[in-house]
Amino acid sequence: MAVKKFVVGNFDDETVLFPAVKKVRRAGYKIHDVFTPFPIHGLDKAMGLRDTSLHTAGFIYGISGTATAVGFITWALTVDWQLNFGGKPFFSLPAWIPVTFELTVLFAAVGMVLTFCYLCQLAPFVKKDHFNPRSTDDTFVMALECTDKTNETEAMSFLETIGAKEVKVEYKETEWWIGRYDKDKKLFHKETKNNH
Amino acid sequence: MSIRENFVVPKRYNTIAFALMAIGILAIIGLYVTSGSKDDPKEQARFWASLLQNSVFFLLVVNASMFFICATTLAWGGWQMAFRRVPEAISAVVPVIGVICGAILLAIAFGDNHTIYHWTDTHHVAEDPILSHKKGFLNKGFFAAATVLTIVLWSVLGWKMRKLSRSLDAKPLATVEERKKYIWNNTVWAAVYIIVFSLTVMSSIPWLWLMSIDAHWYSTMYSWYTFASSFVSGMALIALFVVFLKNNGYLEYANNEHLHDIGKFMFAFSVFWTYLWFSQFMLIWYANIPEETIYFQPRAHGIYKGIFWLMFIINFIAPLLILMTRDAKRNYGTITFMALLIIFGHWLDFYQMVFPAVSPQKVPMILYDFGVALGFVGLIMFVTGRALSKAPLLAKNHPFVKESLIHHT
Repeated sequence: MAVKKFVVGNFDDETVLFPAVKKVRRAGYKIHDVFTPFPIHGLDKAMGLRDTSLHTAGFIYGISGTATAVGFITWALTVDWQLNFGGKPFFSLPAWIPVTFELTVLFAAVGMVLTFCYLCQLAPFVKKDHFNPRSTDDTFVMALECTDKTNETEAMSFLETIGAKEVKVEYKETEWWIGRYDKDKKLFHKETKNNH
Repeated sequence: MSIRENFVVPKRYNTIAFALMAIGILAIIGLYVTSGSKDDPKEQARFWASLLQNSVFFLLVVNASMFFICATTLAWGGWQMAFRRVPEAISAVVPVIGVICGAILLAIAFGDNHTIYHWTDTHHVAEDPILSHKKGFLNKGFFAAATVLTIVLWSVLGWKMRKLSRSLDAKPLATVEERKKYIWNNTVWAAVYIIVFSLTVMSSIPWLWLMSIDAHWYSTMYSWYTFASSFVSGMALIALFVVFLKNNGYLEYANNEHLHDIGKFMFAFSVFWTYLWFSQFMLIWYANIPEETIYFQPRAHGIYKGIFWLMFIINFIAPLLILMTRDAKRNYGTITFMALLIIFGHWLDFYQMVFPAVSPQKVPMILYDFGVALGFVGLIMFVTGRALSKAPLLAKNHPFVKESLIHHT
C-alpha cells in the first residue's frame, strides 16, 4: 500500500487521446494507466503494454479439463466400476469425447474468467480509484505517475498542450494487488539510489 | 503514395502453372493406360474415380471463395475489402473446373460402367429394395439436371457478383444514396447465391456426387461435412494467394490483421470440420448397425486406415496446435505451411470418401492421383492469375474500403 502522486489529464475525445499517449511516452513520462469509457482498438499498442498471457492460462486450463475428464472417466469405467454398454469395450474413447470436450470448455471458460477478474482486480467489494468517475461515461483519463524527478508543473502544462481539457495533481493509493507495477517500482528505487 | 494496383503475371508463375498442368495431363494419360483402358470395369472405375475425386474437390474449393465473398457481403462485413479481389479471382475458376467436373460426372453417370454409381444400373436397382426406394432421388435424369443446374448457377451468380464489384472501378459512387443502393444490390445478389449454395453444397450436391458412390449407405451429416472440408480448404487457398501477392509487393493495404482473420477462419473451420466428422462417426459407432458401420469398415479398420487417421491428424490436430497462437496466424511461413497442409489433408479426406467404395481390396497407387491433383492446381493458378491481372487489386471505390484499411483485430 503506497500513496503515490499522479498528474491526471482528462481528455474528451479519443482522437486527441491517441496522439497524446504517443507524445507523452516520447517525452519520457511514465503512464500509470489510461481509463476510457469503451475499449479503444490499438490503445494497448500505443501505450506499449505487453500482450496478455490470459490465453496461455486458458490453454493450460483447457488441457487440465481434458486431462480431468479423460482421466476420471477412464478410471471410473475401466478400473473402478466396469459397465457393459451395448457390448462396447470398457475403454471406448469416442463415447467420452463429448464429455471431454465439455469439461475442456468449462475449465477453460471458468478459469479464464477468474484469471481475468484477478488480473483486472475485479471482485465484489473491491474498490479501485479511476481518478475521475466520468471515465465510465464520456471522459478519457490519463494518469502519469510522478517520480521524484518529475516536475509536476511541467508535466501539467505538457498535458495541456497536447489537448487535455482538465489537468490536476492527485495523491492516490495504489493497492498491493497492482502486481504489474511492482517490477517498475523496484527499478525506480534502484535509479534513485544511483542518483543520490 | 503510389500503390501497385494491377497484378502483372510473372513469367515464372505461368511456367509453373503450365508445368503443373502438363504433369496433370501426363498423370491422366498414365492412369488411362494403366487403368482406364483395361477391360476390367473395376480398373476403369479407378480411372474415373480419380477424375471424380479431384474435379469435385477442386471445384468445391474454388467455389468456397465465392461463398466467402457472399457470406461477408451478406453480413455487411468490410474487413475483407483489402483483399477481396483475391477470392473474386479464385472464384473465376468455377466455370472452368465446373465444365470439366460436369463433363466427368455426366460421363460417369451415363457411361456403361456402373461401378462408381451403381444406382445407374436400372436392372440392379429393380432387384435392390434399398436402391429402388431411393429411385426418386438417385436417377440419371435428376442427377444430370441437378449437376448442370448447380454448376451453371454457381458460375452465373459468381459472375454477377464479380461484375458488381468491378462495375465500381470506373465510376465512383458520388452520393450516400447511391452507395446504399449499391450495398443493397450486392446484398440481394449475395443472398441469392447463399440460397443456391445452401441448397447445393450444404445439403444435396455432395449426396449426389460423392455419397451416392456408397448408394446403400447414407448420412445426413455428409453434405455439411463436405462443405466444411471445402470451405476450410478454400480459406487456405485464399491465404496462399494473399501471402503470394504480399511477397511480390502487391496488396499494400492487406496487412497482418487481415491475414490473422484468414488464419482464424482456417483454425475455426478446421475445428468445425472435426466436429462434423466426429458427429457423423460417433453416431454410427454408437448405434453399431451393420448397414451403417459398413462405411467405416474399410476406412477406419480396413486398408484405408493409414490414410483415414493421417487425414484426421492433418486436418484436426495439426491446425489445432499449430494455428492456435496469435503469432502463428500472423506469420507468413506458418500460414503458408498450414494452408498447404490443410489443402492436402482435405484432398486426402475426399480421397477416402471416394476410393474405399471403388477399390475396397487394395489402396490404389496414390501417386497418379497426386499428379491429377497437381494438374488442377496448375489450372487454378493459371486462371486465377489471369483473373487477378484483369482488375485492380483494390476495389477502391467500394463504400466499405475504409473499414478494411483501418481493420484491427
